[in-house]
Amino acid sequence: MIVLKDVLALLDGELLTPASPPEVVFPKVFASDLMSDVLTSAEPGSLLLTGLANSHVVCTCSVADLTGVVFVQGKRPAPDVVSEAQSKNLPLIATKMTMFEACSRIAGFIQGGGHAHR
Amino acid sequence: MPTAESVYRQEFPVKGGDFAKAGAVACRIKELLKDLGLDTAIVRRAAIAAYEAEMNVIMYAREGRMDLAVSAQEVHITVDDQGPGIADVELAMTEGFSTATPEMRELGFGAGMGLPNIKRNSDVFYIDSRTGHGTRLKIIIRTNGHGTT
Repeated sequence: MIVLKDVLALLDGELLTPASPPEVVFPKVFASDLMSDVLTSAEPGSLLLTGLANSHVVCTCSVADLTGVVFVQGKRPAPDVVSEAQSKNLPLIATKMTMFEACSRIAGFIQGGGHAHR
Repeated sequence: MPTAESVYRQEFPVKGGDFAKAGAVACRIKELLKDLGLDTAIVRRAAIAAYEAEMNVIMYAREGRMDLAVSAQEVHITVDDQGPGIADVELAMTEGFSTATPEMRELGFGAGMGLPNIKRNSDVFYIDSRTGHGTRLKIIIRTNGHGTT
């Protein structure tokens, strides 16, 4: 599990939904650009890391009960997508890190018991 | 079909090619099922099946409709579309098989998981397709069971 504020710190992330509480807990993490894979394999409550930045990401998270999104590699969703996420209380984070780096930092943090290895 | 004993029934039109509104019906179905007080795992399965089915209509058909019927025992989602139909249903049910265009894949769909995922999330799943006419899906999710067929 990982907390929103730790995700922001690890990924040098920007919170695109300022109203999201920093203590939001993500019990699982899932990474994919394919929403088909998210619908098939992601567990409820997961934080999604993706390079896809369209409205289908928010819709997919809403349908499959994912509870947060990190857009990697400098991808940023359009303002209407951010508004939609805010209305669904879905935290959105943007990072310039690649998918690989973002995943490895989060994995290292979780495997280290919540302590960052940089 | 849960008709006389249905506690809720609603029909939703789906327009083929309307990617901007993709997921709207599935999200509405999810809200309705939550409002009816169904278990969150049942609601999730129904929403995922509905979303995959809605995407299939948008990606492949000219138009379609989705009918939601809820009884105390079951959630029924029936999807009818007017489109090209599926020439080989058995092949289309194979995970990874897809006829999606690059545009569909850029949106994050078309990985060949749609129909298998609908079946995975259903307790009972029927598919009937006629080439050149369209496809009908029947999805049944029992509100007191978690098995799949």
